[in-house]
Amino acid sequence: MKEKYKDRYEDALNELKGIAEKFYEQLEDGEVPNMRIPTRSKSNIELDRREGVWKLGDSKTRRSAKKLKSARMLLRTLYMLELIQDMIEEDKSSTLREMYYISEGWDKAEFSKQSESDSLAEDMELVTGCLREDFKLRPEEDGARLIGDITVEEVNRKGEIREINCRDDVGDSGYTIPYNVESDKVTFGDVNVDFLIAIETGGMFDRLVENGFDEEANALLVHLKGQPARATRRVIKRLSEEEDVPVVVFTDADPWSFRIFASVAYGAINTAYLSDFLATPTAEYIGITASDIMTYDLPTDKLSKNDRKALEQELEDPRFDTDFWKEEIETMLDINKKAEQQALAKYGLDYVTDTYLPEKLEQMGLM
Amino acid sequence: MASIAEELAEKQQEISVGEFFERNKHILGFDSLTKSLVTAVKEGVDNSLDACEEAEILPEIKVKIEEVNDREYKISVEDNGPGIVKRKVPEVFGKLLYGSRFHEISQSRGQQGIGVSAVVMYGQLTTGKATLVRSKVKEKDYANEMKITLDTKNNEPEVLDEEVVIWEGKDHGMRFETTIKGLLRRGRHSVFEYLKNTAIVNPHARIEYVRNGNTTVFKRATDQLPEKTKAVQPHLKGIELGTLAKMAKNSKRRTLKSFLKHEFSRISYSKAEEICEYAGIDKKTNPGELEVEDCKDILKAAEKVKLMAPKTDCLSPIKGMLIKKGLKNVLKGKHPDYYAPPTTRDPEVFSGNPFQVEVGLVYGGDLPKDGPINVLRFANRVPLMYKKGGCAVTSAIKNIDWRIYGLDQRGGKGMPKGPAVVLVHVASTRVPFTSEAKEAIADIPEVIDEIEKGLRECARSLRTHLNREKKRKKVKKKFTVVNDILPMIAEKSAQIVGKETPELSKSMTKIMGVVYVDKNYEWDNGVCKIDIEIMNYTPKEKDMNLFFEKPYPETELLSSNEEPAHQGDHLEWKLESLKPSEKRKISIEFDGGLEKDDLDGTDVYIEGITETKLIGAEPLPDDWDIELAEIKEGQ
Repeated sequence: MKEKYKDRYEDALNELKGIAEKFYEQLEDGEVPNMRIPTRSKSNIELDRREGVWKLGDSKTRRSAKKLKSARMLLRTLYMLELIQDMIEEDKSSTLREMYYISEGWDKAEFSKQSESDSLAEDMELVTGCLREDFKLRPEEDGARLIGDITVEEVNRKGEIREINCRDDVGDSGYTIPYNVESDKVTFGDVNVDFLIAIETGGMFDRLVENGFDEEANALLVHLKGQPARATRRVIKRLSEEEDVPVVVFTDADPWSFRIFASVAYGAINTAYLSDFLATPTAEYIGITASDIMTYDLPTDKLSKNDRKALEQELEDPRFDTDFWKEEIETMLDINKKAEQQALAKYGLDYVTDTYLPEKLEQMGLM
Repeated sequence: MASIAEELAEKQQEISVGEFFERNKHILGFDSLTKSLVTAVKEGVDNSLDACEEAEILPEIKVKIEEVNDREYKISVEDNGPGIVKRKVPEVFGKLLYGSRFHEISQSRGQQGIGVSAVVMYGQLTTGKATLVRSKVKEKDYANEMKITLDTKNNEPEVLDEEVVIWEGKDHGMRFETTIKGLLRRGRHSVFEYLKNTAIVNPHARIEYVRNGNTTVFKRATDQLPEKTKAVQPHLKGIELGTLAKMAKNSKRRTLKSFLKHEFSRISYSKAEEICEYAGIDKKTNPGELEVEDCKDILKAAEKVKLMAPKTDCLSPIKGMLIKKGLKNVLKGKHPDYYAPPTTRDPEVFSGNPFQVEVGLVYGGDLPKDGPINVLRFANRVPLMYKKGGCAVTSAIKNIDWRIYGLDQRGGKGMPKGPAVVLVHVASTRVPFTSEAKEAIADIPEVIDEIEKGLRECARSLRTHLNREKKRKKVKKKFTVVNDILPMIAEKSAQIVGKETPELSKSMTKIMGVVYVDKNYEWDNGVCKIDIEIMNYTPKEKDMNLFFEKPYPETELLSSNEEPAHQGDHLEWKLESLKPSEKRKISIEFDGGLEKDDLDGTDVYIEGITETKLIGAEPLPDDWDIELAEIKEGQ
């Protein structure tokens, strides 16, 4: 298997070396070293109508050694590049957090926050067109879980293929999604579910498990764990695309949860260049909606100043520029209230599985 | 002064001088014990400075104050002026309002005081003691010393004691010693403050102050004497009625027409005739026979006739770099970051009187950051220490929105706040004071306007400086880029690509884009070693001139790694064809008992580099009349 993917690393390496070559040439010509990086901001994402996902636009930002901060980023780019080169040659990998710590030995190129090194890794994906997995970099922990009647075939660390039924072969905490879910690592066997329900909070995931909702509704439950990791989004995308599983997203009713849905369905702004790869444009939002708060008369909290600001921003966000979302956001601003998924417990622990979800799923034609 | 003189002359008939003095203490500057001390010193020092200037002598003044009893002080002021001939000494010190200047129109300090004889009288009235005066003129081998009091009934001097003494080590000069009631205080209205401020606007003077045995010296910052002020004839517009009447009475001219033509400036025969016609007075009238009513008519006529503005070349401003030297000499302990190039406005005229405004501004360092800025007001080189609130200088400052120039100011009105000192000097043949006490300048629109313009010029320089400071900080960050980061980028990329490390100087200059001047001062046993490093971080070859302003005229250049092209008050080097990313270092050593505070990094100037591309040095001020080397920009 390693042999098979050797090309992938070679390609990444060549792409990365291209960056160093460019700096070198610029210096030789007496220029100030610089690189152009596609701008990762709300203003530079556009809808790919064919795919139905939001992708990065054409706007680019120049990172030049004229400024101290940018100069430092260029130097870090070279150090990171060297680290990747070494890892590929020595067949090792590191987590993003490990890389952040490794940078302590990089003198002036040391990172001061992990978010900086994470972001630079993303920049490099963007510039080279590779994935960070190609760079031998992986996220610290994924650990998102899923439960439901599907069978995955996973190649384990010994190179053996294991068949795992995600309902029968796992405990109550479900199957843990590994960081690499590409077909070299994970393939799907039998898929016997009617739909996939992605759940924001662990509490609600466990409630659905305890209530046996996976079997009752023939659903695949996926825990998003807040803003979902790439692997989680990738699994959802693959199941939707390869296995035709309909996807719904179940979150709290607040502006931040709306963004979780957007990143599952349309792609995140930061990783818009990966939307093709990660976004599931057919995903639907099941709730909790602002209208649900009123319909089900749920216990609520008042919107904070930041909540309102986030909602205002979402009104400007092209990803939310649909009638459904405009109305939801405006309603929320109107009633000035938000609610948690667990608020449904007001009507008893079974209410969510007996009443709320069936009603909503019925409206969507999934039950 | 003229009106007091007249008032006094009139009053003399009825009351004694002593009585007059008592009644008018507030006008004469003796209204409080603290102020009395300042006034006594001021009368002496102003006289000494005027005398030295007239005789073209660099002043050396020594002021001594000693407490002899509770609230009783012995004061002495000594100078190296021309001295006073023996027969005039009693009149100068023992006759109130004696002096040659009352009818002369010129910019002098003397117009602001009542005269040193008032000090003699004040001492006499408060302590009963006589004043001891010593004077030596160059022509005599000995000095005259006499004890003088004032006959307050008749305003006549009384010489009590008189002897001839040898004055060791003195070629010429004056000294008087008197005992007065007073109160020696510290602070804004102290003798020290007065002398300090006097030193600022008289950088050519050396002033020594001994206060109860403690000596402070304000060193001489320049050998350049102020230009002599010229006495001019009065201008008919703006003259006071009393003065005109007196001039007419004393005139030796036989006709009014001739009187107007010869005793006033800017009046031709035809203008004189025009005035007579408007006034309705026969031009052949003998001026001695003019009534006060006639004089009034003449002044009215003067308003109607178009007269040329008075000549303004009679004024002697301090001028740019000398203002800076004066300020620096006194403020160096506070290590200010910036001395704005001082402004000397062109002379202007208000009601017939020429005047000229000068402004200086100092910023930063250890100057107090909280509280209002410090304002130093001067009229004809004399510090104004009282009535700040009612002064045109204060009004002008409050008129400006200082926020746009980088100072704090609530609502853009009132006194600005921040670490700044502002100096305003108004020179005039007749400074428009608010009152006879001569403590504040009146709110004359023309004067306020000029002060405001001067202030704005300095304020603009301050804003530019603050912007350049911001840029300097940015450029400093870029040093990390070119010195640390860029070489690492070069090394790493070369290593990854597998080639030689590339040459970086071109990329470096593109990042910096400035000429950077770095200064380093080191002290070693009174010798100051200075390294000035000039780095051309621009992509072009540069020629420039480097100037170093010496702190004192006597400061001696011990050594220099490159021979200066010019030596004087400043040193000059021509730096030719400095290539991109080339550095050049000038290393010099100074002697002359320099202290740390004497050199503070604001003494380096570069000429030939655009201001915006120059970091770490000031561009050469415009008023340095220096023959410039040909500046060319290389490739």
